[in-house]
Amino acid sequence: MLAKKNMVPFKGTKEQEAQLLEVISQLKDQEGSLMPILQKAQDIYGYLPIEVQTIISNETGIPLEKIYGVVTFYSQFSLYPKGKYNISVCLGTACYVKGSGDLFARLKERLGIEGGQTTSDGKFSLTDCRCIGACGLAPVLTVNEDVYGRLTVDDIDGIIAKYE
Amino acid sequence: MYRSHVLVCGGTGCTSSGSQEIIRVLQEEIDKNGLTDEVCVVKTGCHGLCALGPIMIIYPDSTFYSMVKPEDVAEIVSEHLLKGRVVTRLVYDETVTDNGIKSLGETAFYKNQHRIALRNCGVINPENIDEYIGRDGYAALGKVLTEMTPDDVIKCILDSGLRGRGGGGFPTGRKWQLAKDLVKGGQKYVCCNADEGDPGAFMDRSVLEGDPHVVFEAMAIAGYAIGANQGYIYVRAEYPIAVERLEIALKQAREYGVLGENIFGTDFSFDIGLRLGAGAFVCGEETALMTSIEGNRGEPRPRPPFPAEKGLFGKPTILNNVETYANIPQIILNGAEWFASMGTEKSKGTKVFALGGKINNTGLVEIPMGTTLRTVIEDIGGGIPNGKKFKAAQTGGPSGGCIPAEHFDVPIDYDNLIQIGSMMGSGGLIVMDEDNCMVDIAKFFLEFTVDESCGKCTPCRIGTKRLYEILEKIINGNGTLEDIDKLEELCYYIKENSLCGLGQTAPNPVLSTLRYFKDEYIAHVVDKKCPAGVCKALLNFVIDPDKCKGCTLCARKCPVNAISGTVKEPHVIDTTKCIKCGACMDNCKFGAIEKK
Repeated sequence: MLAKKNMVPFKGTKEQEAQLLEVISQLKDQEGSLMPILQKAQDIYGYLPIEVQTIISNETGIPLEKIYGVVTFYSQFSLYPKGKYNISVCLGTACYVKGSGDLFARLKERLGIEGGQTTSDGKFSLTDCRCIGACGLAPVLTVNEDVYGRLTVDDIDGIIAKYE
Repeated sequence: MYRSHVLVCGGTGCTSSGSQEIIRVLQEEIDKNGLTDEVCVVKTGCHGLCALGPIMIIYPDSTFYSMVKPEDVAEIVSEHLLKGRVVTRLVYDETVTDNGIKSLGETAFYKNQHRIALRNCGVINPENIDEYIGRDGYAALGKVLTEMTPDDVIKCILDSGLRGRGGGGFPTGRKWQLAKDLVKGGQKYVCCNADEGDPGAFMDRSVLEGDPHVVFEAMAIAGYAIGANQGYIYVRAEYPIAVERLEIALKQAREYGVLGENIFGTDFSFDIGLRLGAGAFVCGEETALMTSIEGNRGEPRPRPPFPAEKGLFGKPTILNNVETYANIPQIILNGAEWFASMGTEKSKGTKVFALGGKINNTGLVEIPMGTTLRTVIEDIGGGIPNGKKFKAAQTGGPSGGCIPAEHFDVPIDYDNLIQIGSMMGSGGLIVMDEDNCMVDIAKFFLEFTVDESCGKCTPCRIGTKRLYEILEKIINGNGTLEDIDKLEELCYYIKENSLCGLGQTAPNPVLSTLRYFKDEYIAHVVDKKCPAGVCKALLNFVIDPDKCKGCTLCARKCPVNAISGTVKEPHVIDTTKCIKCGACMDNCKFGAIEKK
């Protein structure tokens, strides 16, 4: 599974690199600047492949292995590109007791992928998250920025259809 | 001057229900009806009643409209705002009485609440500093800087009895005193823990979204008390609206000079930086949080040295949670005695709880310490939906435990909750009914901690994984009575030997369910049954021959052809083929299929 995902070639552009260099020069003298730099870098590229981490290492002087350690520690940093639409199912307690586990299972079945994977056409990726704080609407899922609440398993097909 | 203000909730709950669209249509309709100069639309923070979102309150008469849809807006504008007639069908049911509409404060949901930390949430526009100032905002900072010495401030907080609202319950004043006295002078830091990671708790998010300035003001007061001029707010990246509001508020606070150099013309300077988390639960632990701000993997450090002596960047640091800070300005303005007059002997003031799960009124409530679970669930929460029976209330998130019905009348405070095997935690309160399996819930929390364990210390990294595996074995019907004993033994081992709070409390969900619901564990292990009907491996789907009409629908829906029978004759499920997907049960129109 890892090997397959690793095969996505890096397609960073010159513009993206210029943006990143700008961000690094702005932030690198702050104390504890690595996290903000990585967050901005992920905004620019959508993920943090080793090529991007190498640029950050060269520019800041922070060893690459430390950067890799930080990237892999936090769940919001991704080494792999996400799908065009990232579906994130809340598996926080309030959603779980209201059946979000079933929603997640149905999505896996419907999309034919496991959590953390992207469909082969690059359209959908599926993740779980721990509480977005919309517990009043449990169970919820998000598709990119859109939030869907008070769901049942039967709503899943309709939601996917909106993005297909 | 506007003759009417329309407050629309812009918190995460209502935004998820589409309140931004409501605001857009509302402004459009107001303009169209020529009311632009008469009616003001205010986007506020959370009102607490998230289940009824999107929420709209119209002042001066404070009519409370719930579950408003964009297509309702034109009617509200033309009827209510233009003609002064309430649109009764959209009014929150609870406020409708035979004698007209009663105020929101009289409804069961709000009546038992007492709002201190949430006093501005849902009342002011969080993106306008003037509205905060209009509600005594920054008056406490002014009082502190001009009338009080740092020791006065610390004494006031100590006397108030305020304890950390993030879950630990450590006296806040004591923390400040240590940071002031342990190391004299030099660089110090004030941090705010806004990495609200407990799933099901969202009070800090509501404060940040609905009243961001209160956090700045309190941090500046803390800075003055301990002698720090720099603060950091570490907020989780999963809260984009909160981050946006904090950025706006920070800019305004600097423009008004309430943050920055020489505040109120005194020689006290204080500024705040925002740091975003990146999705690691352990960063809610204080030492891990500081390690993360420093730009490292968010792994906890051993204590001592405590942060008050050696914290962020190796300097003395205090770290308080958002809700704790939200109480500070009110304590300064109203005095320690006022705050200490609320609550129980050792837990003063109020606590915000996020009600979730199987309860009618999901949302945020702020109650005086010492309120009973019964009041919270039956009165404020409106009871359990669908006539189901209450089984347990879970507090304290993955570090906490489940409280059964037998403790319904225990007054909620820090010490009582610990005594009954749970903890206050950050204030998530998830209600479970008879359809929730407690072994499954324990496994759910363990899955969470296994996932979120940072891996630094062995008892937590490996111990939680082993706990999870034993629970999985029990749920799959392969457990033995020895497994239950082993589970308990391992729990105590992990509690005693883990480095930080995450590991030390990770076994709590298992221990508390074992304490109150051991019969459910035994049913899984000995009888190979799941009494709540959740654990699929232990369930069998059966057709009741008396109810089955032989319509053949279930046989057609079954994905593995496990159901056989002739038309108009009772059907039968072959349990060896059945994959327990439940499709037959969902589709049966006669309720003839049961899980046993």
